[in-house]
Amino acid sequence: MEIILAVMIGGLYASAIYMILRRSLVKILIGIVLLSQATNMLIFTSPGLTRGNSPVIKPGEMVLSQPYSDPLPQALVLTAIVISFGLTAFALALTYRAYKSVGTDDLDMMRSSAPGGEEIE
Amino acid sequence: MNNLLVLPILIPMVFGVLCLLTYRSSHLQRLLGVLGTVLLFFVSALLFIATLNSQILVLQVGSWPAPYGITLVADLFSATMQLLTSIVGLAVGWYSLAMISEGRISFGYFALYHFLMMGVNGAFLTGDIFNLYVWFEVMLISSFVLMALGGERAQMAGAIKYVAINLISSAIFLAALGILYSVAGTLNMADLAVKFSQIDIDSSRALISTLSVLFLAAFGIKAAIFPLFFWLPASYHTPPAAVAAIFSGLLTKVGVYALIRVFTLIFLQDAVFTHTLILTLSGLTMLIGVLGAMAQNEFRRVLSFHIVSQIGYMLMGLGLYTPLALAGSVFYILHHIIVKTNLFLVSGVVEYLGKTAVLKKLGGLYRSQPVLAILFLIPAMSLAGIPPLSGFFAKFNLIKAGLLESQYWVVGIALLVSLFTLFSMIKLWNEAFWKPEPQEYSASNRKITRSMILPIVFLASLTVLIGLGIGPAFEVAMRAGLQLSDPALYISAVLGGSR
Repeated sequence: MEIILAVMIGGLYASAIYMILRRSLVKILIGIVLLSQATNMLIFTSPGLTRGNSPVIKPGEMVLSQPYSDPLPQALVLTAIVISFGLTAFALALTYRAYKSVGTDDLDMMRSSAPGGEEIE
Repeated sequence: MNNLLVLPILIPMVFGVLCLLTYRSSHLQRLLGVLGTVLLFFVSALLFIATLNSQILVLQVGSWPAPYGITLVADLFSATMQLLTSIVGLAVGWYSLAMISEGRISFGYFALYHFLMMGVNGAFLTGDIFNLYVWFEVMLISSFVLMALGGERAQMAGAIKYVAINLISSAIFLAALGILYSVAGTLNMADLAVKFSQIDIDSSRALISTLSVLFLAAFGIKAAIFPLFFWLPASYHTPPAAVAAIFSGLLTKVGVYALIRVFTLIFLQDAVFTHTLILTLSGLTMLIGVLGAMAQNEFRRVLSFHIVSQIGYMLMGLGLYTPLALAGSVFYILHHIIVKTNLFLVSGVVEYLGKTAVLKKLGGLYRSQPVLAILFLIPAMSLAGIPPLSGFFAKFNLIKAGLLESQYWVVGIALLVSLFTLFSMIKLWNEAFWKPEPQEYSASNRKITRSMILPIVFLASLTVLIGLGIGPAFEVAMRAGLQLSDPALYISAVLGGSR
């Protein structure tokens, strides 16, 4: 199972980087979304996967019995998902605003902020 | 006493919320905005004094013992950064009263300003590396909105680049965290330091090197080191001067802080590889940054490239990795935050008076505004490293540390870059202040108000004071450097002192 997930994470990273290297803003945004998904999967897989053993102490026992799946990475992923959700929503709104005010979604056309680009009065 | 550690996070949060609640009255928001920064300044000063005798303050949040709960830690380095944040926050908050337009304030400028401070303070104080990620995000989302607030055309183009690169850097940081957890099984920084010191480096060199370079890349993007700095000069000249000033003073420095923290506490096993890499990058960062600055002909673009170049000096101390070099880095950050913020504040006033930032359209400001000219000259000469000012001592100590370690090439670069910095500061002086006003542009009849100039006076006098009182000022940096170079102090304060 880890092997399949590892291959999938690698594929996600590859497609994310391909998308980020495009010039169109929307494609870069898709790339960033893929990148954060790949990262979430990476954290999820990193401690190894354990099937069918939730980290809950069984009735009548005092401690957790081995093996159990580590709950911490799942909590981390949950936090990361919430954060990336908020950031993606903001980035989408910003992209829309930038498209409206600059009139293009091609990064090469957004010269007004580049070093040596047009002057700001 | 240790509960003091929560206040630098709590105060900006409360005032940010209060600013949101009073969104109808921009007058009240202004009042609350400045009041919050004043309060933060006093609390930070208390925290700084409490850590001054090299004591490390630790707070286990919710009384969960160390490796399990979230820990807040203030050693002298954190507390110094914290104090600087509040000083800069106070000056820029004050300056914002005059320089931020009514529209931006009524759309929540001061609320965002406080949330930004909350994120920065949290990042300086946390002792848990996942918590550090969360504070980074708090800081980033506020900085995104501050960057885009106002919605001018150039601002949008700048903000989109800034947002994209920072999201990528966060993803790298998060991936590194995931791998780190699978290697060490903990996220508490002190506990990580213990676990990593026990790892057999020869059997797991590939994994450790990958991890350290992932962290270097993630924090390197935020700190704007070579070759990951390109987003900074592409975006820092687009927002209003007050926003650019607080960004230039604090945001990249949070990246530098995280680099210093991680590479003095956790990644020490393979120092020949990591610290040589950092030293090489620091030399390149200095050189490329200053060369970029020399080619620019707009006030704030010159200053933006200088941030990059100065980051190189801060990393040089980390790369050399001796107590004196680390103290040099701490002192350099201390000097740089004050000076750089001040230069951006001056640039805002110059743009306001001249109605443009383009150097060839400016001129004659020495004749019309002699006080402002002198106030520019103090931080500019300090940045270049002219003797009685703070910049000279900052460079002197780093170069001394470099010579003691026989790293002559990086010392050579540091000296050369210093000369180039002087050149480009003199260029700014000549173009904006000294040369006669260009004929075809009409003189501006705008007047300087008190809240524009007083924050600049405040920061400039701090620069002079640090230069004159170099003995005690460097003593603080030296203590912080000694603390940083001995991770055992940090570890025993966090893990041992939990009972």
